[in-house]
Amino acid sequence: MTPLSELYQQVILDHNSHPQNFHKLENADGSAEGYNPLCGDEIHIYLKMEGEKIQDIGFLGSGCAISKASTSIMTASIKGKTKAEAKVIFQKFIKMITSPLEDSSPDPDLGKLSVFKGVREFPTRIKCASLAWHTLQAALENKNKTVTTEEESDPHG
Amino acid sequence: MKILDIEKIRADFPILRQSIRGRSLVYLDNAATSQKPRSVIEAIGSYYSEQNANVHRGVHYLSEKATEEVENVRVRVKKFIKAQDHREVIFVRGTTEAINLVAQSYGRAHLQAGDEVMITEMEHHSNIVPWQIVCEEKGARLKVAPIDDAGDLELDLLESLFSKRTRLVALSHISNVLGTINPVKKVIEMAHRYQVPVLIDGAQAVPHMNIDVQDLDCDFYAFSGHKMYGPTGIGVLYGKRGLLEAMPPYQGGGDMIRKVTFEGTEYNDLPYKFEAGTPHIAGIIGLGAAVDYIQGMGLEKIAAHENELLQDATQALQKISGVEIIGKARDRACVLSFVMEGVHPHDVGTIIDQEGVAIRVGHHCAMPLMKRLGVPATARASFAVYNSHEDIQALVHGLRKVREVFGC
Repeated sequence: MTPLSELYQQVILDHNSHPQNFHKLENADGSAEGYNPLCGDEIHIYLKMEGEKIQDIGFLGSGCAISKASTSIMTASIKGKTKAEAKVIFQKFIKMITSPLEDSSPDPDLGKLSVFKGVREFPTRIKCASLAWHTLQAALENKNKTVTTEEESDPHG
Repeated sequence: MKILDIEKIRADFPILRQSIRGRSLVYLDNAATSQKPRSVIEAIGSYYSEQNANVHRGVHYLSEKATEEVENVRVRVKKFIKAQDHREVIFVRGTTEAINLVAQSYGRAHLQAGDEVMITEMEHHSNIVPWQIVCEEKGARLKVAPIDDAGDLELDLLESLFSKRTRLVALSHISNVLGTINPVKKVIEMAHRYQVPVLIDGAQAVPHMNIDVQDLDCDFYAFSGHKMYGPTGIGVLYGKRGLLEAMPPYQGGGDMIRKVTFEGTEYNDLPYKFEAGTPHIAGIIGLGAAVDYIQGMGLEKIAAHENELLQDATQALQKISGVEIIGKARDRACVLSFVMEGVHPHDVGTIIDQEGVAIRVGHHCAMPLMKRLGVPATARASFAVYNSHEDIQALVHGLRKVREVFGC
């Protein structure tokens, strides 16, 4: 596969044109807005919690194929997970998209999220893929502010 | 007959010889920065290897030589923009610093609470934010003249925004997003009827058209070296002598003083009053080489060639289904913004970069304009004298590749 076809895999293109959980949640008990000033990606994530568990998640927004597909696949991956489980996946995902090229096997726990492995060959697009996750973290903390890709929160911190 | 020998011109630019991702470089991001001809690169190199010394203070040979070079470029720039006096040419870091200088010096001295500064909807952030900063400090207001859907200024509406409190108008000569060539002479005439001075952001205009600041009768004109085949970190603020003389200094330091005591300082005359500290000497010398390079080709010929490219690219892009050109102003320079149905500009940029084609995608430092246009971002191809019709074919090929990847 060329770097380009690895970046724009069919799964990513499908999620871009038909995103999952692409709706607002009424009575959400956590929400946050994410913004990537570099390319103008904007997403809004809504959460419905049941104790520690993410019972439901939805999102709205506009952005490039990578950011939209990343948000879509993320919502599908973490629905039903606990906060702590979501955080672990977050860390593994960020590690995958930022690790050196020779380190080529993504964590099996990432499942479908491993389609974003090709992003690391495109340093300018890493923020597009990570925006959803930083916004999710803010929504889990129910921060009433916009997170941007320019203030990367440390997933390990 | 061809307007210019483009192959010969391309040979002047060492960077164009290299391959990017195994393909020869197609550089269409000239509105961000242009490439540099060998004469500019060599002028900078030979300053450092043969003439390096500080200016305006040494009595030794090299210092005299460097001073002479710097002052010689000032005179060449004066002629290039047809200023009346070389003292009206202030060397700054670039257009951004030139605008900040006027905002902080002229703006702070003249603005009071309730006063107004007028800009337009198509301004670059560098012609918005400096005014917001000084307006906030002084309690003044920003008035924004609208554009129509084609990307032309609405001159009647602009005129209706003048009031007794308007203190300055600041607008771009050519929009970096839409390519609109604004009727700046008309706006200047209009503003002067209300006794309001005008600053022109000429960053995009200087490499593409003849500038005559006396004919325009603009009060300030700002531009950058790096968009006109010169180095980064150097630019020019032109200002009418009377205005500059009455303005307080922008920064304090060496060179801008005549006499310093702890009780007070007597400032130097123009242009030095606005050039505190050691200037970017190598940059100034490089800028001089860039002016010579442009004048060697002639701006009429450059504009004619670029206009051909614009016509060619416009037609070629219109043939690709799903591509919409953003900016259809009556009078346009060689900046072509577009969007592709169903594909975000960021994805367009990544895919055609793989084909060796460099364009800019994003908001182009004009977020309020993006909002006005109703798009989050655009893709932008912008041309320079060394671009060819083959470059446009490469762009078209790249855009077809985008459609292929996205299956649309």
